[in-house]
Amino acid sequence: MITKRIIPCLDVKDGRVVKGVNFLGLADVSSPVKLAKFYSDCGADELVFYDITASAEGRALFTGILTEVASTIFIPLTVGGGINTVDDFDRVLKCGADKVSVNSGALRDPSLIPAAAKKYGDQCVVLSVDAKRVDGQFRVFAKGGREDTGLDAIQWIKSGVANGAGEIVLNSIDTDGVKNGFDLEMLEAVCDVVDVPVIASGGAGCVDHFKTLFHTLPKVDAGLAASIFHFGEVSIPDLKRELAADGINMRL
Amino acid sequence: MIAIIDYGVGNLFSLKSSFAAIGADTVVTGDPSLICGAEKLVLPGVGAFGDAAALLRRDGLDKLVKEEALAGKPLLGICLGMQLLFDYSLEYGRHEGLGLIPGSVRPIGDYIPAGYKIPHIGWNALHFPAGKPVSPLFRHIREGECVYFVHSFCGAECGESLIASAEYGAELTAAAARDNVYGVQFHPEKSGNVGLNILRAFCSL
Repeated sequence: MITKRIIPCLDVKDGRVVKGVNFLGLADVSSPVKLAKFYSDCGADELVFYDITASAEGRALFTGILTEVASTIFIPLTVGGGINTVDDFDRVLKCGADKVSVNSGALRDPSLIPAAAKKYGDQCVVLSVDAKRVDGQFRVFAKGGREDTGLDAIQWIKSGVANGAGEIVLNSIDTDGVKNGFDLEMLEAVCDVVDVPVIASGGAGCVDHFKTLFHTLPKVDAGLAASIFHFGEVSIPDLKRELAADGINMRL
Repeated sequence: MIAIIDYGVGNLFSLKSSFAAIGADTVVTGDPSLICGAEKLVLPGVGAFGDAAALLRRDGLDKLVKEEALAGKPLLGICLGMQLLFDYSLEYGRHEGLGLIPGSVRPIGDYIPAGYKIPHIGWNALHFPAGKPVSPLFRHIREGECVYFVHSFCGAECGESLIASAEYGAELTAAAARDNVYGVQFHPEKSGNVGLNILRAFCSL
């Protein structure tokens, strides 16, 4: 039986991991290559790399780092951030990415999803969605959660999957950073309408939150988090062992 | 030297890096003389069976790979590269394969119950057929270890050629072999240390 996936997410800017990383025993915690290898060695099932660089030089630097990461770790690698065109897909796939995550780029130009899916296959296209409750509706936000697009998240995700998105990352702005657990209600609403893998993001604060996620919503395939892993609040090997002991299928 | 056969499908970066990580020399090539000169061959592949088979034929590599394999050179097909080793595929019509391993390629949906997502994506455990010696390809790994899959079609009617399966509502073909020809549906180059150990075993065949 297929295992549930645990996915750490690294935000990379100007060639360094940002957003607070605090590891003991790792000489250079801000090196994306070292951190990626650390996570890969300790049992992460996949890695997500976000390019949060704005400048062209930053982008070139990111591409270089990505190539180095991809030749160092041998688990699936998803890359996002600044993906606006099929050429951007091409750029990161050539560096060794396996999947490409689109967010704002697909909101600006929804035809990006079918164009990329046709060229690289559905399994390569990950639709990442930042959503928040507004007037009793799950609303899609753009620009890193700052701008309400007015779009209904469930409809947006449904049409994204119909157009070729092979996986959904649902990041709940309402639960993000609160460390009070994943947004089960929002995740369930998404799982009800799609038949592709759904990755839960936003809200994980402890091992129990992952237990609740996978027990309550068996249709969720993976849990993604950043700071709790970076700060060592939750260690991936311990998390996976505890989940397995609790009857959740894990790769140990 | 291992030749990773380049016939214009997919990205071979990870595969080359994985072999480099275990200290194996590889060349990514579509050049017949390099393929003939290599000690072992790897046939990768992503995308649709019909397109890939046509590309392989266009360059005459289908005949070459088959000749080399029948002459005893170890060959490893990965993902779509594995599917190409079977007799034929039913992916969007019927397409002929290389016929190096008995069997065909069919949609996963023909086997698994409703409610299972397609493609079959993620880490799944390998199971070895009972009552048979474990394939030399798996000499460095254990039953039940997980590897990474991404596929919507799978090997069928492999019979005695089946060397590993994965449970996904049904037993799906994870690997098949005949003599010196091996095929794996999963991606060893994306399967962490378990995958590297499988590549290591291939290198020492």
